[in-house]
Amino acid sequence: MFARLLYESFRRQKRRKLLAGVAITLGVAVATAMIAVATDIGDKINRELRTYGANLLVTPQEDTIDVEIGGVNLKPPSDGNFLSEADLPKIRGTFWRHNIVGFSPMLPVNISVDGKSATLLGTYFSKKIVFGKDVTTTGVRITHPWWKVQGNWPGDESQDILVGEHLADKLGKHAGAALDIAGHTHPISGILSTGGAEDDQIVTPLALAQAVLGKPDTVRRIYVSAMTKPEDALARRDPKTMNPELFDRWYCSPYVQSIAYQLQEAIPHSHAEQIRQVAQNEGTVLSRIKGLMLLVTLAALFASALAVSAAMATAIFERRQEVGLMKALGAGKVAVASLFFAESTLLAIFGGIAGFFAGSFLAHRIGRSIFDSQITIQPVLFPVILAIAVIVTFAGSAAAIRRAVQFDPVFALRGDA
Amino acid sequence: MSKTQPIPESVVERRLNAAHTSMFLRMLWRAAVLRRGRAASALLAMVVAAAVATAMMNLYVDVQAKLRKEFRNYGANVVVVGKDSASLPADALNKIDTTLAGRGMAVAFAYVVARTASGQSVVVAGTDFAKVQKLNHWWSVTAWPTEPQDALVGKRALPVVSPDGKPFDLSFQGRAIRLTPAGTLQTGAAEDSRVYLPMDDFLAWSGVQPSTIEVAVNGSQEEVSETIIQLAAALPTAHVRPVRQIMEGEARVLGKTRAMLYAAAVLIILTAALCVLATLTGWVFDRRRDFAIMKALGASERLVSGFFAAEATALGAVGAVLGFVIGIGIAAWIGRVNFNAPVVPRLSVLPFVMAGSMTVALLSAMLPMSLLRRIQPAVILKGE
Repeated sequence: MFARLLYESFRRQKRRKLLAGVAITLGVAVATAMIAVATDIGDKINRELRTYGANLLVTPQEDTIDVEIGGVNLKPPSDGNFLSEADLPKIRGTFWRHNIVGFSPMLPVNISVDGKSATLLGTYFSKKIVFGKDVTTTGVRITHPWWKVQGNWPGDESQDILVGEHLADKLGKHAGAALDIAGHTHPISGILSTGGAEDDQIVTPLALAQAVLGKPDTVRRIYVSAMTKPEDALARRDPKTMNPELFDRWYCSPYVQSIAYQLQEAIPHSHAEQIRQVAQNEGTVLSRIKGLMLLVTLAALFASALAVSAAMATAIFERRQEVGLMKALGAGKVAVASLFFAESTLLAIFGGIAGFFAGSFLAHRIGRSIFDSQITIQPVLFPVILAIAVIVTFAGSAAAIRRAVQFDPVFALRGDA
Repeated sequence: MSKTQPIPESVVERRLNAAHTSMFLRMLWRAAVLRRGRAASALLAMVVAAAVATAMMNLYVDVQAKLRKEFRNYGANVVVVGKDSASLPADALNKIDTTLAGRGMAVAFAYVVARTASGQSVVVAGTDFAKVQKLNHWWSVTAWPTEPQDALVGKRALPVVSPDGKPFDLSFQGRAIRLTPAGTLQTGAAEDSRVYLPMDDFLAWSGVQPSTIEVAVNGSQEEVSETIIQLAAALPTAHVRPVRQIMEGEARVLGKTRAMLYAAAVLIILTAALCVLATLTGWVFDRRRDFAIMKALGASERLVSGFFAAEATALGAVGAVLGFVIGIGIAAWIGRVNFNAPVVPRLSVLPFVMAGSMTVALLSAMLPMSLLRRIQPAVILKGE
């Protein structure tokens, strides 16, 4: 009889049930989309923050100090130690390799062009790195996204070069011309504009710089761009003072410090350090934006919970006469309440499922249009969302159901309630 | 038997009108008071929706300014350097400060390459520590120098200039200076290999004028570009350039965050409007009996519609005002929790919230009305 009552209620009141169902679906959809976006926003903004460039710098361990003003190196060129280029792919073998967006080796060489001294900077532009089965491309086009080239980027294996825009002005060169460096003529594939020291430099593929310096397989420093977790108390602790358990936790968290530690492990005789200007600030920006989205998500959840409750309360309030009739026929309060709760649960489950998929679609669209990338929806979100839908629907109906079961059947049937 | 004085036409008219108006108001008032529960729940929905909408709009308008403040922690977004690495004119910093007029801050840096007692080269910089501390928040400094002749020594320069932490000598073009390492500096960049001195000491020792001025300009992308043009005009002998790394990163992250917040605001406001629509529709539909009685007593269609419309509009207006106040509170709270600064209440949001609330309220009153209009009062009164 109970099942039949339930079935008939849905069959005969299609319009009302549909209205309540639509309200639940919409509420759940908004909640799902917002939760999905909020859980993923950290990752998305972290990726956007990589526009600021590398946040880690790897240098030789026993390095002499730099004598550098405004990007011009004043140190004798042979001075100092080098890292080995052959060790670079090992970066892809570190624990947090998936968080490393890219890296660029740098090899500055002092040369003279047209009788004036200038700096030649060897680097990767967009080089394919093979480590085991893992193949990635990396270079300044990833780690230094603000570098703009008028003309073409040189190939990493080519003899082409880029000339900084100030230097090009001074030399009277433009893209397509050629430049003599250390006895060889190199075509200028493009003019580089960075708004930094590189505007006065010549930027070449790494192999070319090594040849000019006469030291194959060498790299002066490596800029690494990694997605990190905002620093907290654990991050700042010295790993040497930690017990093994704490150390594992530290090691397995993508703090900028632990990534630096792992880079040092991967590259022999190296010293990795966070670039504080980038690394320290991204933590604050990230936590601010995440906090903002969390609070906004709370507001969205609140608004959708309210919408669902309102729809349910209205739907139940309209059915006083039915309650009156049931009670007049001898139904107890429990029987009436359980019928309504069963209806609400059914509505919540159907609305929740439909809302979850609609919300996933919405999150997907938001991810596409704003971040140009997928927003991953954790499967664990599904039961959570369903549970929230049921709880909110229950809570929204509870007050209305309590009032409904308290109606005097006489008044309800007379229509005076 | 005295005949009653005939009442003048004008008076009849006036009384008729007066009675109507007061009756109308009375009905509005009594409807709200007598069905307190239902009216309160409709008002509550209205208030919550208006509050959420206000908070979201306010946040959306204000978040840009709030985040910009965070982005200024990345330091200078404009750099002024002498053309062809020459020194800047002595009054450059003053000119920049005048041009900025409080819209940012500027810090001058002067550099020379000095020799240590052991003959090693090291870059020595002169600057204003109080300003650097404000501009470059990421500098990790053990202790900021306070006394003259105190130096801030980069982490990598320390073993070279003063491995035991004792006072050390530097010489530049034959002139020597004795410095005390007051603190160490760590940035992870070029600064680690340098020794920083107070500008006065630096000038007295080396006589080299600043060659670089780092400027943090507040404001939007357009305002910064405008300031760059002004600075270039004020300093024709210098090269003023934006720090693209900082500017582009900021523009990108800010743009994405705003787009995100916009999407969230639209979704939330839609949901809130839906909630109001559901509640109010139910409320009006619930009162079909009042509607029927009014019609049975001879009220015109227009009067009844007007009555419900007035009721909805009043509800919308009251809800909007209350919601606005609460929404401002929510926005301020979010500002305090997340940005440690209150979000400034924007009165410009009020008209939008007001118009939106009243429109939604009217819409939700008119929807059930158009349904009810078709039904005979008798049918409703019979309770079918």
